[in-house]
Amino acid sequence: MEALIGLGQGFAVALQPLNLFWCFVGVFLGTVIGVLPGLGPAATIAMLLPLTFNMPPTSAVIMLAGIYYGAKYGGSTTAILLNVPGESASVVTCLDGYQMARRGRGGAALGIAAISSFVAGTFGVIGLMLLAPPLAKFALTFSSPEYFALMSLGLAMVVLLAGASMIKALLAMLVGLWIASIGIDLFSDSARFTFGTTHLLDGVDFVVVAIGVFALGEVLGNMEKRGEGTLLPVPKGLRNLLPNREELKACRFAFVNGSVVGFIIGVLPGAGSTIASFISYGVEKAVSRHPEKFGTGVPEGVAAPEGANNSETGGAMVPLLTLGIPGSGTTAILLAAFILWGLRPGPLMIQDNPELFWGLVASMYVGNVMLLVLNLPLIPLFAQILKIREYLLYPIIFGISLVGVYTVSGSLFDCALLAIFGLLGYVMRRLDYPSAPLILGLVLGNLMERALRQSLMMSNGDLSILVSRPISATMLFLAVALLCLPLFRKVNSWRVKAIEENG
Amino acid sequence: MKRLNGDVLSGLVLAALGVYVIIEARGWNYMSEEGPGPGFFPLWYGIAMVVLSLALVLNAAMRPAAGAPVDWRCVGRALLAWACFAASVALMQPLGFLLALALLTLFVVAVMYGQPLKIAMAAAVGNAVVFHLLFVLALDLSLPVGPLGF
Repeated sequence: MEALIGLGQGFAVALQPLNLFWCFVGVFLGTVIGVLPGLGPAATIAMLLPLTFNMPPTSAVIMLAGIYYGAKYGGSTTAILLNVPGESASVVTCLDGYQMARRGRGGAALGIAAISSFVAGTFGVIGLMLLAPPLAKFALTFSSPEYFALMSLGLAMVVLLAGASMIKALLAMLVGLWIASIGIDLFSDSARFTFGTTHLLDGVDFVVVAIGVFALGEVLGNMEKRGEGTLLPVPKGLRNLLPNREELKACRFAFVNGSVVGFIIGVLPGAGSTIASFISYGVEKAVSRHPEKFGTGVPEGVAAPEGANNSETGGAMVPLLTLGIPGSGTTAILLAAFILWGLRPGPLMIQDNPELFWGLVASMYVGNVMLLVLNLPLIPLFAQILKIREYLLYPIIFGISLVGVYTVSGSLFDCALLAIFGLLGYVMRRLDYPSAPLILGLVLGNLMERALRQSLMMSNGDLSILVSRPISATMLFLAVALLCLPLFRKVNSWRVKAIEENG
Repeated sequence: MKRLNGDVLSGLVLAALGVYVIIEARGWNYMSEEGPGPGFFPLWYGIAMVVLSLALVLNAAMRPAAGAPVDWRCVGRALLAWACFAASVALMQPLGFLLALALLTLFVVAVMYGQPLKIAMAAAVGNAVVFHLLFVLALDLSLPVGPLGF
């Protein structure tokens, strides 16, 4: 009942003309970047974040969340039509989606992807709506030791699934913690790691690191090879856009499977939508009466991964909004956005900012409808986006990155730091260091240090406080167990396989 | 250079960073009567950084050389793009944002993608104009201004 009242309040916020406008802008931009291979939602949100500082926080978060789930819709378009996944989560959609398109059912495949995304996306939002309030209430019992343990657990899960090499993932996380330490210490006013320059006394702005590592790192990686310069073929005259009755009937279980698997995977930090889409595809194939046909263009092979990919967004919002723990690079950037707007995601978020929380939830319902309406008739138009030449796109991304960073601080020093972090992002890509643990380490670094130091203040320096409280002890045990998992060869081969599929 | 060397090199750089973190952290208070000091947290992650980096180096050194050789042409293109970006940052103060962006666009289109100068000029001017219209006029953002007043 409480959730329904909250949702009603949320719709009152989400349906305000201004918020509807920003929701549309978010899902439209998300669809566009989802269509474009090589530019992900994390990079886009990081670049646009500074431009939202003058917006009301509710409108801003509605728009940024729209980019997040809109990108997942867009990614399927190119996967089906051109066998080019716009997002890594759409890789598995290529298997059957492209085959359907080759058999002349491209329109139906796009329709199934859009319907499945809508059904599962809505399921994810309902899950978020129902699960978030009780989880937040439970988290109210947490004190500093539990928060430290929770953050350790979140980081351990991300490290476990971030890269094939656990050592590199851990090192990336430690570098994130180090960058977070730069500046004035929160407790003692000591300047740390400032290299004698006053520019670093306030620390390194999160936006600078996020844009550098994600956006510039990605662009520099893409610029390694000169594009062919030829236009990709865009199919015309998509007939039979809506799937027929037999195809929809075949997808019944896939809609449910994608919704449930995607949401559960989303709630767990670290796994992400790519793994969700692969698992739901595997489940669908395992229970199918004709598993041998998967890969030849069966509609449920499109519905399940596309559903999981979209339902995952709602799941990922649960730990972000109720515990303040992001589970991926994109949600880490959203967390940083909340903090920059003066909001603190966590157990009190629903109580303290009901308008924002429920407004966001309701906007996700609205956004899913917008995406369905946008995607069905406008698919041919979105496919035209692929005609933008690389040499025009990359200078635009460079320019937006510079504007984004300069807008935050008005400092050219930060623009120089942006160049440094861009190089770092590129080097990390080249040497297979995952960027998500670095970003999470950066976002959680100060919060983790604060929780640890407060815990030790409570216990007069006795570290046993972390393991003498049951919730904290359990979470720390789980974190250590997760980090030890790769020592078991079978588990590690599964982990590496999952990560390779993710890549 | 193979992947092996990349791991060894990055491991050594990170080990050096870890040593720097430890040295700095030892200069700050580790524990006071009020609780842990500013050196407490960095000291521990600095130690972890050194241990893990050395593990990475040892692991890479003991493994047979793996991975495809680095395509230095590709790396060179990316580094050239980065150098160009860094140069445009340096030029933002003397020339202003729009002119620096136009030069960056011109270089990327003409030199890195080998397009005719006419197209490169049009892209450079077009990019600068769109940024001016969108960010300076429409969104009222203040960006570094050059001697020409834009």
